[in-house]
Amino acid sequence: MINPTEYLPKSYHRRMSTYWWLARWSYLTFILREASSVFVGWTVLLTLVQIWAVTHGPSANAAFHEWMRHPLMLGVNVVAFLFVLFHAVTWFSLTPKAMVIRVKGQRVPDWAISGPNYAAWVMVSLGIAWVVLRG
Amino acid sequence: MSKRSNEPFLWLLFSAGGSVSAMLMPVHLFLFALAFPLGWLDPPSDETLLVLIRPPLVRVYLFVFCFLSLFHAAHRFRFTLYDGLQIKHLNELINVLCYGGAAVGTVAAAYLLCQVP
Amino acid sequence: MASRITIEVARYNPARDHEPGVSSYEVPLRKEWVVLDALNCIKDHLDGSLTFRWSCRMGVCGSCGMMVNGVPKLACATFLSDYAPGPVRVEPMRHFPILRDLVVDTSDFLMKLARSKPWIIRKMEKPMDQEYFQTPAQLEEYRQFSMCINCLLCYAACPIYGLDSQFAGPAAIALAQRYNLDSRDEGASERLDSLSNPEGIWGCMFVGECTRVCPKHVDPAGAIQQYKLTAATEWLKAMVLPRGAK
Repeated sequence: MINPTEYLPKSYHRRMSTYWWLARWSYLTFILREASSVFVGWTVLLTLVQIWAVTHGPSANAAFHEWMRHPLMLGVNVVAFLFVLFHAVTWFSLTPKAMVIRVKGQRVPDWAISGPNYAAWVMVSLGIAWVVLRG
Repeated sequence: MSKRSNEPFLWLLFSAGGSVSAMLMPVHLFLFALAFPLGWLDPPSDETLLVLIRPPLVRVYLFVFCFLSLFHAAHRFRFTLYDGLQIKHLNELINVLCYGGAAVGTVAAAYLLCQVP
Repeated sequence: MASRITIEVARYNPARDHEPGVSSYEVPLRKEWVVLDALNCIKDHLDGSLTFRWSCRMGVCGSCGMMVNGVPKLACATFLSDYAPGPVRVEPMRHFPILRDLVVDTSDFLMKLARSKPWIIRKMEKPMDQEYFQTPAQLEEYRQFSMCINCLLCYAACPIYGLDSQFAGPAAIALAQRYNLDSRDEGASERLDSLSNPEGIWGCMFVGECTRVCPKHVDPAGAIQQYKLTAATEWLKAMVLPRGAK
């Protein structure tokens, strides 16, 4: 294929700044949304450590509880919670963009898809909290 | 089909993991990392937790939670490195670190959950 | 309302400049004037050398895309009064090579568009005297994506395209989807072959900025995610079903 650019006079090529994601609010929220992946991984790590502690008797449990109460740990976990929450909210609100459901030829509005998602989220969260707190 | 690669598979894992972590992770993190350590809620005893995670179904639940969330995070983090830091030329290394890390975490989860007495 | 507004226009003359500069002009600020009117006023009365593309003045031709205060806009649909008291900064669309002043080289997009095969593909054409019928519901499936005017504002908004020019980009993929969803088309698997790769749909990270800047409400970001879902389903089918059962 002929590359038409070859026959044009010289052109000026721009490069993107390393800090492009600070240029616009929507870019920043995008990068924050992607950064939530770090804290999703972190939460899994916490879960694994906790499973280990629970299965390894009182001393392991005590060490785990002390670790979790450390101010630095609490600070990290507050940030992690905010990021995980942000991930959940953006995930549910973007789901209708990727999933198109049509009823009688009409596209179902976004809220009819994300609404049940949010409702399920609340129910599941309450259910898990109930199972854990019941004991 | 040759050039279609394994991206669809990784994306399916990413999507499944995204839904699982969005649904389950906030409440997990809130209870065990904030509410219990800060004393907002009375934590269940360690013995109760052990009893709670013993049934096979709960172990499967925890395994799926860890496995899918890890692959979700790996996929997203890989692209964040590509684009945020503009280091796409380290492609292979990033792939190995991200998905390899997720695989190691998944194996660790399986091992730990098998160890539950 | 102040009666005049300052327009800062990016200027680049390939025969003379090493990099783009800025020229400021003062033009009348009229309620009904859009950025394109200001540029034409500059060209007619202040500086005849100012170079920019435009044609229809009514958001149909897609040739007057540019950055207005850092946001991709159609110059013909962007009112000056929304930017009063100014100044208004007008630059060529981001991520494309600049040819001169506000004119960019869009060849890269044209090559990518061809790869999307944006036309109806039939295994066998019907005889000349037979029509292809389509119900309103079938039209509705793809109508939104057919509104694209190739103005390329979505490319100027897409950081992924800016970072990696190999990426097929929003409009090319949305237009592939426009034909995939057309009941008369039979080329979906051909397009999937050229778009289901890391430079195609899988390169998109759903920033969503393409959809926000689109003047025709095409929603390229949605089109790409829907395409991913289709491609992943096809992949699963190919894995699960025995060979030849498709």
